[in-house]
Amino acid sequence: MDAANAQDPMVPHRYRVAEVWEELDDVTTMSLLPVDGPPRPFKAGQFNMLYAYGVGEAAISISGDPAVPERLIHTTRNVGRVSAALTRLRAGDMLGVRGPFGSDWPVEDQKGRHMLFVAGGLGLAPLRGAVCQALANRLEYEEVSLLFGARSPDDLLYRSQVAEWGAFSGANVEVTVDMAARGWTGHVGVVTTRLERILGTSDPANVSVFICGPEIMMRFTAQDLTELGVPASRIWVSMERNMKCALGFCGHCQWGPDFVCKDGPVFRYDQIGKRLAIREI
Amino acid sequence: MQAAPGDSFVISSPAPLIGALVGAGWRVIGPQEVDGTIAYEELRTADDLPRGRTDDQEAGHYRLTEGRPEAWFDYVVGPQSWKKWLYPSRRKLWSATKTADGFEIDDRAEDYPKTAFFGVRPCEIAAIERQDAVFDNGSFTDTDYARRRAATLIVAVQCARSAATCFCASMNTGPHAEEGFDLALTELDPDGDHRFLLQIGSAQGAALADGLPLRDATGDDHATARLAAAHAAAQQTRRLPADIAPRLKGKEDHPGWQAVAEKCLHCANCTLACPTCFCSDVEDTNDLTGDHTERWRVWDSCFSLDFSYIHGGAVRQDPAARYRQWLTHKLSSWHDQFGSSGCVGCGRCIAWCPVGIDITEEAAVIARDDG
Repeated sequence: MDAANAQDPMVPHRYRVAEVWEELDDVTTMSLLPVDGPPRPFKAGQFNMLYAYGVGEAAISISGDPAVPERLIHTTRNVGRVSAALTRLRAGDMLGVRGPFGSDWPVEDQKGRHMLFVAGGLGLAPLRGAVCQALANRLEYEEVSLLFGARSPDDLLYRSQVAEWGAFSGANVEVTVDMAARGWTGHVGVVTTRLERILGTSDPANVSVFICGPEIMMRFTAQDLTELGVPASRIWVSMERNMKCALGFCGHCQWGPDFVCKDGPVFRYDQIGKRLAIREI
Repeated sequence: MQAAPGDSFVISSPAPLIGALVGAGWRVIGPQEVDGTIAYEELRTADDLPRGRTDDQEAGHYRLTEGRPEAWFDYVVGPQSWKKWLYPSRRKLWSATKTADGFEIDDRAEDYPKTAFFGVRPCEIAAIERQDAVFDNGSFTDTDYARRRAATLIVAVQCARSAATCFCASMNTGPHAEEGFDLALTELDPDGDHRFLLQIGSAQGAALADGLPLRDATGDDHATARLAAAHAAAQQTRRLPADIAPRLKGKEDHPGWQAVAEKCLHCANCTLACPTCFCSDVEDTNDLTGDHTERWRVWDSCFSLDFSYIHGGAVRQDPAARYRQWLTHKLSSWHDQFGSSGCVGCGRCIAWCPVGIDITEEAAVIARDDG
């Protein structure tokens, strides 16, 4: 390649915030439009490096529908310096975007099967695009299910859209919370307590599962699913690690032999399941 | 004399070669004595080379001492490596300035003139090649690294002596390099018929050699050079087994990790001295007005606690987990990622560890099946 003229992959493209939605107390969703060129297509499960002027970059999953690449949708929780700056952005503000990066949810490959999404808390954000994709072709899947767990009713992300998926889009939706609150009439308990019910009468060998949530939740969910007969090669998880470059250069996201930024974040469970049980790897 | 790649000649001193490089407009970087160590800095003439110096290295120990007065290259590697020139410890990625409705990005790259690395040891050629694979990984290219690398000429110096910390022979990275250089010098017989074998490695190297006072190399010159390499290899007592990579797999719970963690200060010296370690962090700096900001890439180390931080805390809290990450990455998972070991046997991490932890010993402990 011509090094002199190549685009440095560490330099972001400028985007502008189009809309902002307050999701939860500390969580906002924003849509972004490119300033410097055409929008770049992405796949569900991939992520971008979002740059807040003068503060820094963070890896944030893409939550938009890949069928609508004109707008980038990102959901961010305020947990640190960069994410605080990102959640402070308002319509019209400029930010930097590098990406899209990483592996994606192989949602097309699961046609004909029972497509089950298991999300824990903010883990629904990286799954949202894949759910949209599956529901757009609902009849090509035996079943489309979402098992969504959160700490409390106040932590349920995309609440109205989740309800819509269940009511009008043909998804089988189960929502559960770890701790109920006044007015909560739904299930109480961690997601693993609802796995048998959401699988229903499906042949477990014909079930495909995408899981995203805290590492311990993904580990036990995948473990229980395999015990219920779902093939380990039909389960995918999305990993999170510290990332500075998203290019495989900075070394921060290494997880065993994998760079989460480019070999992941979506991994097939049969290839990494053992590693999920190793402490501090 | 018309030189071509693969040819060998004899030259009486390295001085005319440095003169030719400087004369042809190359910035020449080579070994110099700085703060009691061998450092790679800009050379103006051959007089800048640390002639007559040798080194004394052991675990946690490095001293430059008086060597054979005539010898130009009797020392081996110091704490620095060439990575500081190809992959600087601090590099501005880009800067941005606030505008009325956002910001403008300025990504002009720092100047890197055509540069000759003079005195690159065989293990260091291997280290540069390991970093080449890291920074052009099949998915992405580090454009700044690629630009520097393309503008760099390599003049190797073959090793005629090993330090006690060297173990390149067991890593197949030295003490003699067959390729990976534009020119290579081997110092022959400094106490007698003092001369240098000059090997031509590339067309660019050949063009430079053409103007030098050379004579054809004889069988005796080649035999003396082979003997020097064999002598250097025979001096090495440390080694890593060829099958170390698979033998470190599945050893995450080996008690040896805790044992080494009790000695390790997690100071990161080994990762900074290592010529292949490539991890980096990014820092943002703003001026007082906030109207101007810069992003800098700086070297980082997997030994620091913040390195693995994600929301909720660092993934690798335990120093044993951090040492395990470094050693298993270097010697084992590097093979999965890049098809080679991340270790070239230069011994820097052994010499520059303040408590003298020896990677060859620790790897052997973990690789033992009875762990």
